[in-house]
Amino acid sequence: MSQSYREILKNGVWTQNTGFVALLGLCPLLATSNSVVNGLGLGLATTLVLLLSNVAISLIRNLVRPEVRIPVFVMVIACVVTAVELAMHAFLPGLYTVLGIFIPLIVTNCCVIGRAEAFAFKNGVAKSAVDGMATGLGFTLALVLLGALREILGQGTLFGQAELLFGEAGRGLTLHVLDDYRGFLLAILPPGAFIGLGCLIAIKNVLDAHAKRRAAAKPAVALQEVQA
Amino acid sequence: MRFRTVTSPHILGETSVGRIMRRVLYAMVPGIAALVWFFGWGVLVNLSLASGIALLAEAAILAVRNKPLALYLNDYSAVVTAWLLAVALPPLAPWWLTVIGVLAAIVVAKHLYGGLGYNPFNPAMIGYVVLLISFPREMSTWPIPHGIDQAHAMTLWETLQAVFSGVQPARFAPDALTGATPLDVLRTQLGLGLTVTEVRNSPVFGIVAGSGWEWAALGFLAGGLWLVYTKAAAWQIPAGMLGTLAVISTIFYGIDPQRYAPPWFHLWSGAAIFGAFFIATDPVTASTTPRGRLIYGAGIGLLVYLIRGFGGYPDGVAFAVLLMNIAAPTIDLYTRPRVFGAHRE
Repeated sequence: MSQSYREILKNGVWTQNTGFVALLGLCPLLATSNSVVNGLGLGLATTLVLLLSNVAISLIRNLVRPEVRIPVFVMVIACVVTAVELAMHAFLPGLYTVLGIFIPLIVTNCCVIGRAEAFAFKNGVAKSAVDGMATGLGFTLALVLLGALREILGQGTLFGQAELLFGEAGRGLTLHVLDDYRGFLLAILPPGAFIGLGCLIAIKNVLDAHAKRRAAAKPAVALQEVQA
Repeated sequence: MRFRTVTSPHILGETSVGRIMRRVLYAMVPGIAALVWFFGWGVLVNLSLASGIALLAEAAILAVRNKPLALYLNDYSAVVTAWLLAVALPPLAPWWLTVIGVLAAIVVAKHLYGGLGYNPFNPAMIGYVVLLISFPREMSTWPIPHGIDQAHAMTLWETLQAVFSGVQPARFAPDALTGATPLDVLRTQLGLGLTVTEVRNSPVFGIVAGSGWEWAALGFLAGGLWLVYTKAAAWQIPAGMLGTLAVISTIFYGIDPQRYAPPWFHLWSGAAIFGAFFIATDPVTASTTPRGRLIYGAGIGLLVYLIRGFGGYPDGVAFAVLLMNIAAPTIDLYTRPRVFGAHRE
């Protein structure tokens, strides 16, 4: 039952990735992944919410009766999301305007309450914090990869409008990967999100299958070496 | 001596995938000939480019999927998809437009869903819609119909240059070659408050519908009727689609002939005839029961009219076909014919 920190990290970022494996939180994943910066912004906001809500719920897990835990989770998450939203409004107004409704909607992201129920309510504070962090980073990874794919195909740039997230210093970050590119509108529009996510899930499955085959082939090699 | 045991059936019909697909190709010839006559060499350039890319893409993805190449490449299904898409593309479309469309059709819409027989959506129409959504400007500039023999039509060499390097011949004024399609003109002019009679005076209109377009539609009608006659296409689908389109447009025409185009215009315009006989009848993605095919066709006709009259695009055959593709399995479920001898429910 008890997982090591390493396992928690690996599960959150890769094996149980919210975006690619659990397919939770698809609404923000598909809607805000039209550029790297939007994806990164929402991913980091979600990570912060996951981290804070996991810690808070792990702290109060022995005080809350199991019968009323779900309403308590909802209230904790709602408080954290409101705080994060106000903070973003104060410090990143540009990104706040671009992401709009999807910041308050983090509250409805199933992976937040999912981690509270499945992990934070049963584990200690330190482990819950790592789990929230890892899950959030996994979600950010999915958002950034999909955002990069759609931004390159759709606009031919990477880190476009980086100043929204990194301030004026970030303006120079924007890369024009394909010069004089006409733009492939489909990638920016909602169907592009679905097709792109499908392709990324397929690539992840191929990578996993490849790793599995290599792991299965390894003992045989070791045995041959011993025999030799 | 040992005899080879063969299970029944022992007498096989002549139909095969390749045979049906070849028939579809033959049936498209008259309509394509009319298109070439009115819109120039670009139609043939598109057709050959699309067929070549389609065969290459099909071969590549069959190799990736470890499928027998010869069996699937000889069934002509990739060529049919390429031709259906190429006919729908503007004849002076840049080469990359055709390539992207064909790749979306063959790789994404056909093979990612499991290949021939498994695709829920019509591949050619997926390719077309991908292009229509992504490159609206390139997709809406059609050449002005001329006869191929006239002095102000482009030669084959000029067409190739325009397609592959984007260089329009200098001897033409930029807007002497391309213009809006008749359905586009009707849509924008009606939006400006003109009446149908006033719009009909525009030079893009011919005897019944768009000049040039109506002859292509006639060609496709001839080919389509032959397909239905040889039973390569089910009669219920074109009947349902064109019938519904005719009935609805007659009703609206009867309500206000100055605001709504006449039924013959709707039937002969855009992709109505071509779509009814060649696109909607795709045996993989259409409904398969006799009653279901009528409903499926009627649904397409209704959606085409709604999109043309009240939607955001001048023509809606591609969207209508794709929407009804989604509905086809449900239609089949509710229109299953009664098994012979079974009780009526």
